Amino acid sequence: MSDQRAQYWQANIRLVGILLTIWFVVSYLFGIILAEPLNAIHIGGYKLGFWFAQQGSIYIFLVLIYVYASKMNKLDRQFDVHED
Amino acid sequence: MDLQTITYLVVGATFALYIGIAIWAKAATTGEFYIAGRGVHPVLNGMATAADWMSAASFISMAGLIAFKGFDASVYLMGWTGGYVLLAMLLAPYLRKFGKFTVPEFIGERYYSQTARLVAVFCLIVASITYVIGQMKGVGVAFSRFLEVDFQTGVMVGMGIVFIYAVLGGMKGITYTQIAQYVVLIFAYTIPAIFISLQLTGNPIPQLGLGSTMADGSGTYLLDKLDLVVTDLGFGAYTEKKGSTLDMALLTLSLMIGTAGLPHVIIRFFTVPKVRDARSSAGWALVFIAILYTTAPAVGAMARLNLTNTIQAGPLGDANANLVYEQRPAWFSNWEKTGLLKFEDKNGDGRIQYYNDKNKDFAARVEAFGWKGNEMTKIDNDIMVLANPEIAGLPNWVIALVAAGGLAAALSTAAGLLLAISSSISHDLLKGVFMPDISEKNELMAGRIAMAGAIAVAGWLGMNPPGFAAQVVALAFGLAASSIFPALMMGIFNKRANRAGAIWGMLSGLLFTLIYIFWFKGWFFVPGTEMAANKPENWLLGISPESIGAVGALINFLVAYAVSKITAEPPEYIQHLVEDIRVPKGAGAATSH
Repeated sequence: MSDQRAQYWQANIRLVGILLTIWFVVSYLFGIILAEPLNAIHIGGYKLGFWFAQQGSIYIFLVLIYVYASKMNKLDRQFDVHED
Repeated sequence: MDLQTITYLVVGATFALYIGIAIWAKAATTGEFYIAGRGVHPVLNGMATAADWMSAASFISMAGLIAFKGFDASVYLMGWTGGYVLLAMLLAPYLRKFGKFTVPEFIGERYYSQTARLVAVFCLIVASITYVIGQMKGVGVAFSRFLEVDFQTGVMVGMGIVFIYAVLGGMKGITYTQIAQYVVLIFAYTIPAIFISLQLTGNPIPQLGLGSTMADGSGTYLLDKLDLVVTDLGFGAYTEKKGSTLDMALLTLSLMIGTAGLPHVIIRFFTVPKVRDARSSAGWALVFIAILYTTAPAVGAMARLNLTNTIQAGPLGDANANLVYEQRPAWFSNWEKTGLLKFEDKNGDGRIQYYNDKNKDFAARVEAFGWKGNEMTKIDNDIMVLANPEIAGLPNWVIALVAAGGLAAALSTAAGLLLAISSSISHDLLKGVFMPDISEKNELMAGRIAMAGAIAVAGWLGMNPPGFAAQVVALAFGLAASSIFPALMMGIFNKRANRAGAIWGMLSGLLFTLIYIFWFKGWFFVPGTEMAANKPENWLLGISPESIGAVGALINFLVAYAVSKITAEPPEYIQHLVEDIRVPKGAGAATSH
């Protein structure tokens, strides 16, 4: 693997690592493991743990994919591995 | 016009639309049969993926599970959306770059082995058929209600319709049909939710209504009110966690990695023009899915509140507070005809008592009112979404629309899955391994015969399903999670993963998961052949059969890693292939072989 491709791959792995950490935190941590303590906090009529489990995590997943797709498109160009 | 006539009209009109589109876009070549021409725009592809993805489990079943399980059913919401994050970041762009038609094709090539390809076909068929069983349950519920027949007959009618529908077109027909189906199903899901949210909270947006105060002027939040109403009847609080943390986490994981391992979803990402479109397609699919998934919690909570308030209309112990059976609303008696809703007047007072009689303290307390046990002896959770607009007293056209939406959801997914099954048998098995010289015409014919067989098996098992539709589908996800996902991921992220590792990994993951499921659900899901009762005391570490796929996947990863380590590394050209799929540059069109 050429150096540039190796760097591209590392940058990719780093980005995915960060995004998947957030993915884990909002669903497994906030939505399940810490749901009970978070439920003591209220936002409007929602208990916070309940909100993460049934609403918030889904919205955050959307943002994660959006960030991933746009950052990767930039990385493709930066490392000159883009299509066309 | 009465409800049944309107339902026939609306369902009939939507069917005519789908079939018209299928004929208009009829597949002519094998390429078009399996994947639509690469001209599908990411937004449209996302919409079709969403329709393909959201099945009877999402539409008919999930909100019903949420209604009765409350917080604990969040696993379905997170599990069936979070998988798209994995799909977008770990699989879709690389599989698109690889540029083949089917998942077994990728596995066969990456692991330079026909055996690996065969094992992948086997895993895929097991997971897909289980999935179709869940759809048949959902289709059966919908047809039994709107034809007013019993559930078994409903399943049989559904089998016939699915067969005609799936055999008509290939992927190209299906892609355009699915866009139409998405539109139907999303309107059918959100319109009643908007009405009910308005009725209960005055807020037209269900996602906000769920967090709002009641419109009755009491100033109480809807969710607090619901907690109060259900705990008053001896049930656990709606918004609190009741299940085990480990089981919930594993079920969520199982659903997420199952999403990223299911062939009919992955195949979608072969159909986009470019690698960067594969990334954004997953995002668009999730946008369209999220519209339904963020509405579902409101549907579930509001349905539970309306149902409970209908039956228990006043304070506990007031003899006039309970619904008189003879004065039950029409939806109640209609659902009784399907056998999915049952009432038994245990104390002979002609009124309905609906409460949690498994809560011993509570049951003892209400004996003072002359209550002799919960009289709603069966409320099939899968009826809730369809019954919801009737319970809320919405206009007939809304109720008809929901029936059409439920059928759209079930049909679109069943068609996509059956296509994946037929392509794996005719394309991977026959053309790829046993009969390389088979003509295109015979390949298509073999695919259609495989579809018919799959429908027959799934329909027969769907009559006595191993759970509610969403739970059966969860089992299918577990099977996909334990077999396909690890092999795909290792194939991309671990250059050292080799043939023996992949084969042993897939087999051990799948067999472990399958045997665990059969142990508690019966061999091949045949009722009465369970080895142990399906209850938490019997489960390994309290892990339910629905959640075991995550453990199976872990086993798969470990075995694949260990076996790859001690056997010869993959040939040079495979390592180059892996390096090549990691960069978008040079992606060509999808090809066969």
